[in-house]
Amino acid sequence: MNSISYILFIIGAAFDLLGCLGLLRLPDVYNRLQSATKSVTLGTCSILLGLFFHYGFSAIGIKALIAIPLLFFTSTVAAHALIRSSYKAGIKLSDKTVVDHYKELKQ
Amino acid sequence: MKQLTMFIFLFLLWMAFSFTLETANIIAGIVAALITTIIFSNRFLTSWQKLFNPVRWFWLIIYIIVFIWECIKANFDVAYRVLSPRMPIKPGIVKVHCSLKTDFARVLLANSITMTPGTITVDINNSDLYVHWIYVSSEDASIYTKKIIGRFENLLKRIFE
Repeated sequence: MNSISYILFIIGAAFDLLGCLGLLRLPDVYNRLQSATKSVTLGTCSILLGLFFHYGFSAIGIKALIAIPLLFFTSTVAAHALIRSSYKAGIKLSDKTVVDHYKELKQ
Repeated sequence: MKQLTMFIFLFLLWMAFSFTLETANIIAGIVAALITTIIFSNRFLTSWQKLFNPVRWFWLIIYIIVFIWECIKANFDVAYRVLSPRMPIKPGIVKVHCSLKTDFARVLLANSITMTPGTITVDINNSDLYVHWIYVSSEDASIYTKKIIGRFENLLKRIFE
């Protein structure tokens, strides 16, 4: 059981690291949010799952397990709020952008 | 009945969170669940009968499995784009039309899109979803609609409608 939890910890930390690397490397707010949401959420969920395997059905383990769906909902909603408000604030899409249908709605 | 369902769910959630069987804790849980139920029961669970339909629960489990698989794929996708030296991105915001009717199903669809490879929901306007896509592989509406929401839309329709 302990080895499973350690493997999950390592996977989670690696995905968190990749998410942060994406924050630095990708060109604009929108693409950065992509990497921040996906990698960091699953990385953190993996760490929480590792915590559950480590402590089993105890107070800590169950809390970690319940935190996973809560984290999923809050992080997706937060990403949506951030990306929408940054569009409304007028932050430009990067030069590589090929299509923008959202502009039509604004006009 | 609607209030009772919500109350029991909230109380069980409280018990799972606190994880002790002390009397004071149980009383606090009952009070907290009662207050939350009184305030919010009119806003949620507009059609609670669907909660007791086992077929919907079966599709929910299938949906969760598909969702977790897509999440893992999304992470390897992001990892590939971040680590690749040339950075293969071609971002854009596309309009996707969904045929779901209920609000809750639409919210779940938007959340699923956010967690799947390369896409993140920007806004919802009635039945149109505006999706930021990290690699726009096709600008044909029917093709990208299938690519972005095809996996989830039918499952969500089976669960909620």
